[in-house]
Amino acid sequence: MKLRSSLAVVLALLAVISPAGARTLVVNANTADPAPRAAWEATVARFQREYPDIQVQFNIYDSESYKKSIRNWLTGAPPDVVYWFAGYRMRQFVTPGLLEDISDLYTPDLKASIHRSALDLVSVGEKQYGVPYTYYQVGLYFRRDLLAAAGVAEPPGDWRSLVSACDKLKAKGIEPFAVGTRDLWPAAGWFDYLDLRLNGLAFHMDLMRGAIAYTDTRVRDIFERWRELLEKNCFSRNHASSSWQESQALLYSGKAAMMLIGNFIVANFPADVRDRMDFVAFPSIRRDFGRFEDAPVNTIHIPAGARNKEDARRFLAFVMRADVQEAINKATLQIPVNLRAAVADDRFIVRGRDLLARADGLAQYFDRDTSEDLANIAMKGFQEFMLYPERLEATLVTIERARARIYGALPVPAAAK
Amino acid sequence: MSSAKGSPRASPPVDAGASGMRHAGFSTVILLAPACGLFALFVVYPIVRSIGLSFYDWNGVDIPRWIGFDNYRELFVDPVFHTALANNLRWLACYLAAPVMGLVLAVFLHQHLPGMRLVRSLFFMPFVISQVVVGLVFSWFFNARFGLLNELLAALGLPPVALLDSERWSVYTMIVAGLWPQTAYCMILYLTGLATLPAELIGAARVDGARGWSLFRHVVVPELRPVHFIVAMVCAVAALRSFDYVMIMTLGGPFNSSTVLAYYMYEQTFLGLRYGYGAAIATVLLALMSCIILMLLWRLFHRERV
Repeated sequence: MKLRSSLAVVLALLAVISPAGARTLVVNANTADPAPRAAWEATVARFQREYPDIQVQFNIYDSESYKKSIRNWLTGAPPDVVYWFAGYRMRQFVTPGLLEDISDLYTPDLKASIHRSALDLVSVGEKQYGVPYTYYQVGLYFRRDLLAAAGVAEPPGDWRSLVSACDKLKAKGIEPFAVGTRDLWPAAGWFDYLDLRLNGLAFHMDLMRGAIAYTDTRVRDIFERWRELLEKNCFSRNHASSSWQESQALLYSGKAAMMLIGNFIVANFPADVRDRMDFVAFPSIRRDFGRFEDAPVNTIHIPAGARNKEDARRFLAFVMRADVQEAINKATLQIPVNLRAAVADDRFIVRGRDLLARADGLAQYFDRDTSEDLANIAMKGFQEFMLYPERLEATLVTIERARARIYGALPVPAAAK
Repeated sequence: MSSAKGSPRASPPVDAGASGMRHAGFSTVILLAPACGLFALFVVYPIVRSIGLSFYDWNGVDIPRWIGFDNYRELFVDPVFHTALANNLRWLACYLAAPVMGLVLAVFLHQHLPGMRLVRSLFFMPFVISQVVVGLVFSWFFNARFGLLNELLAALGLPPVALLDSERWSVYTMIVAGLWPQTAYCMILYLTGLATLPAELIGAARVDGARGWSLFRHVVVPELRPVHFIVAMVCAVAALRSFDYVMIMTLGGPFNSSTVLAYYMYEQTFLGLRYGYGAAIATVLLALMSCIILMLLWRLFHRERV
């Protein structure tokens, strides 16, 4: 009796599952924050309307545990679609053959509609392995009123004006830069931009892939610029124990004037401060030099071992469409990678889109561009340097030792100059 | 003999005993099997696998590469590992304060006064609160910008301190947070110990003229020996596996100054994606814990025999 009824339940369950089983598309996503979550649930619902015979199983994971699990999925029993990041993070899965080559989806017309740098970031050689769907700009977010109060009429456009803005703000008792290095990556933003402005993108990417020693003089140049700001105490105090969220409060309370951060900060602006907030690209340092930006690109991919690759391709093609990217990015207040998609009517987004479209090249952000292992060690080094600039030599040796362990010894000893 | 043989009553007990024994042996195995099976599957197997993994270089994606003792060799010269180990020893040393404070509190609270139950529960509260919450509360307390500590110092006319930013003090700051619930736990263990002390013993000691400090020192403290053992073990294990406070309060920072073995293991495995190296740290931590527990067990048995 009992057995029979439980059997009936199992059969009923099977009846529910099996017809869908023929065309089930399993999608594992890391979009757990409220805005991206809602945006993607709407997108999946729309996909279902267009393809009613495909049953999408949309699994959302919190982004930290997702990072740990994706390795198990890709090497074990993979879903049909995974969310991930462009550049090095993608390549580390392409090299061992864990991601599907989807070059067939990239028609010449589609290629023309996608930001060139973003296309490079999902390509290995001539082949494409993923679909970029969103990115955002990184730059100096600042309080226009505080700069004005300190006598800084224009936001800093070059190094000298950045340093003089620091002096003026310090004189007014305002901390020039809010920064919270507890989570380490905010310090890496400073490293990235100083490197991009001093040495350019090609050098930066060589450094990121371990082809240049951290004891190279050009790397030392980065720290010498940084030291200039440190010696003037331009960074907010107690940054080592503050998260970026805690440090942004300094901007809103008027204690600090500027912050180098990604555009995601805009969502946190309090209503009464929002109008006084503004944004400018990180100042240039060398004249007549390309302008390169950090713009982390998020992507989706098909695992090489996916079961339903056919429908996965349909899903990826769907996400490439301008109208779909527009809907997703308007909801998340980010920038669509498809240049034909319109952006939200928001001054930070509109200017961010221009900034990135006109950039001479894009990097992904330190902890996405280099090995996790090295990123972890190097970012601690940056934090230590910000606290104890006098330990620079030892810090660089530590980072270089890690680089050599991970990427191997370099053929020519520190080929500087 | 013959009557016993002839009697139907004489043989059953022998039979019953034998089959009972056999039965007991069988049922023991049956009853132990689930627990042993689960223990083997969830404790022994992971330990063996983890020790095995520590001889490999593996990033979670590529094929694991056998490197023998290289991970351990690297640990030997890794300055961060040394920092973590030293910090664990600091935790261990400072956590010895928990039993002392716990015993003092227990003796104080082991009085039959109205409302004592409530007071006891209040003192026990910190242990009931999640370690994550304790960590958060203390990180706000010590926060250099808006923390209560600096408000108090300011009220006393003292300069503010930034303990969690300091490579020297951040470890001790976390230990203070950890000691709060740990003391409560020791206190409750001692309270149960005190409750089981035979009243006659105390009475007899009083008759013999022991009171106050000497009663405490020469009668109560020695009688609580089994409790001391448990408390010491619990504190040693808690100090060695401290992870929550590091994760919540400092992330091992500034840079690596306040990291501990458990956190460094986590960081290397899941942030640095060095599964083999993380496993090697885990193995060292396991060895360290086993040593301390064996030492305590040995002392316990040694004393029992004496």
